[in-house]
Amino acid sequence: MDGSQDRALALHGGALVILFALQFVLPPYHHTNFTGIMVLATYGIGYNILIGYTGLLSLGHAMFFAAGLYAAGLTVHYFSIDPVSAFIFGAAAGLVFATAVGLVALRTAGVSFMIVTMMFSQACFLLILYFNDVTRGDEGIVLSEAARQVGSFSLIDPNVRYNLALALFAGALILCFILIRSRVGRVLVAIRENEDRVKMLGYHTFRYKLLALALSGLLSGAAGAAYALLFGYVGATFASIEYSIYVLLWVLLGGSGTILGPIVGALLMFYLVEWTSEVTESYRIVVGAALVLLTLFFPKGVLGTLREKRLRWLP
Amino acid sequence: MSLGPHLLLALMEGTVAAFVLALTALGLALVFGVMRIVNVAHGEFFMLGAVFAWAFAHLAGSPALGFLAATIASPIIVGGAALAIDRLILRRFNYQPEATIVATIGLLYIIQQLVLIFYGPDARSVEPPINFRIQLPWFGYSGYKVVVAGVAALLLLATWYGIARTKLGLVMRATQFDSETAQAFGIPVDRVYAAVFVLGAMLAAIAGVLIVPIKQAYYLMGLDPLLLSFIVVIIGGLGSLRGAVIAAFVIGISDGVISVFFSPNLSKILATLLVALVLVFRPEGLFGGKAR
Repeated sequence: MDGSQDRALALHGGALVILFALQFVLPPYHHTNFTGIMVLATYGIGYNILIGYTGLLSLGHAMFFAAGLYAAGLTVHYFSIDPVSAFIFGAAAGLVFATAVGLVALRTAGVSFMIVTMMFSQACFLLILYFNDVTRGDEGIVLSEAARQVGSFSLIDPNVRYNLALALFAGALILCFILIRSRVGRVLVAIRENEDRVKMLGYHTFRYKLLALALSGLLSGAAGAAYALLFGYVGATFASIEYSIYVLLWVLLGGSGTILGPIVGALLMFYLVEWTSEVTESYRIVVGAALVLLTLFFPKGVLGTLREKRLRWLP
Repeated sequence: MSLGPHLLLALMEGTVAAFVLALTALGLALVFGVMRIVNVAHGEFFMLGAVFAWAFAHLAGSPALGFLAATIASPIIVGGAALAIDRLILRRFNYQPEATIVATIGLLYIIQQLVLIFYGPDARSVEPPINFRIQLPWFGYSGYKVVVAGVAALLLLATWYGIARTKLGLVMRATQFDSETAQAFGIPVDRVYAAVFVLGAMLAAIAGVLIVPIKQAYYLMGLDPLLLSFIVVIIGGLGSLRGAVIAAFVIGISDGVISVFFSPNLSKILATLLVALVLVFRPEGLFGGKAR
């Protein structure tokens, strides 16, 4: 196991180093894309903790992303608090909200969990529209440049943004790495494989699932808060069902239950949609076809397939 | 209008909506009950029904005749599409629950995009095939809506009869109870699954056809019935047909009343809160048995 431990550390450390180095070579357009993709991949890592390692399929993660987005964005906009506190507040909002939802939604099992999370998420989306006076609904709020200033750093500066996004992504990656190597992580995987047996061994599976959901909400909320602060925009679109589906697609495409899967999936999907949008406006058909083809021919995703065929040690 | 008649109107609107919702949700509950899968593209079958109804009414010489043709043809076309989906996709991974969810989300996007390409982004309406108003002392009420409620009631009864009293229904229930034993007794489980999936899609499509003259046909119209059906099947208990129909009336009528007096968004938010309450006290839903 020691050899594989080293190789895994080297691979993930190497991935972070490559992402760091890329900022010096990427042209400005792709530079900004990568900043966004790293933030969204953090959201993906949060989602992956739930679907990939605990085996719970949620279709409502947009509500946790939006909780972070709005908690950070609205406090900056209305109360002019500094971005650092706003970020912490946003991440905490994701954590608290996910725990509250989990206390109710985890009472259901199997597919009901997916239905219930989807419903709650849609209710949150409608709530955002309902309180249009505060949230400005679909139109959203643009955060002023003055509000996005941390000390001498401005969050408008692309280099600052890139490195903050990288730091966020690295933090999520390390958290996920530690989690799945820990005892708790092994229990989560055991729940994914056979929950009844884990129960029989005397584990309180509800608590473990709630913990997984809370961590997942924390990372999703942190990603949402970072997105609001780095890109200066808060809008209801991010709470819509589409954003729950995209994250599912990224994780499945990259390989659910692999640490680097979310960023591989987010990268591939981002450039696939962009590349096809030169040919056709029909991004829905690309997303739809990707989902259907994945389930039919490629259920383990890119890294999952790699792990099965060659790299058995891939975490 | 004073409060009394206003409330009466809201109740009538809610009841009509509840009948349509019951049809849609029954399709979803039936598919889940027998096949243990959730069809996320269920709302798109509803939308396809509506869009084909518009197409028939528009293409035929007389809108009324075209619409009547659509009530038959549209569910058949949608049923055909569902059969193709079942054979080409769902059966290939053996109706595995998670894969089905992901694949049907994909289908949701594909169907929406196809409708967007061939039908366009506009919401279009169809003239009701019958045009009389029921004159109450306080307001006139569209006769077509009463017909919709009647037709939906007949279809609900027919579905119940089919499941409870016919050979096919018996076979379905046997498959639902224990598909492996059913298979061992020579029931073609595979074909039963296909039939159930097609029937569920057709119920949604008929609901879509019936709704077109009241609402408009629009390529994103499937999301609301899908979410309302989800709310209904969770409250009623996943897989329980009786629960789905009863919950459809509770949600449909209260949705109608709250939408008229407050806002449609608020009513959906409250319905979701109701789901949360039901889950706290009865995680398996009001009429659901313990999962086997």
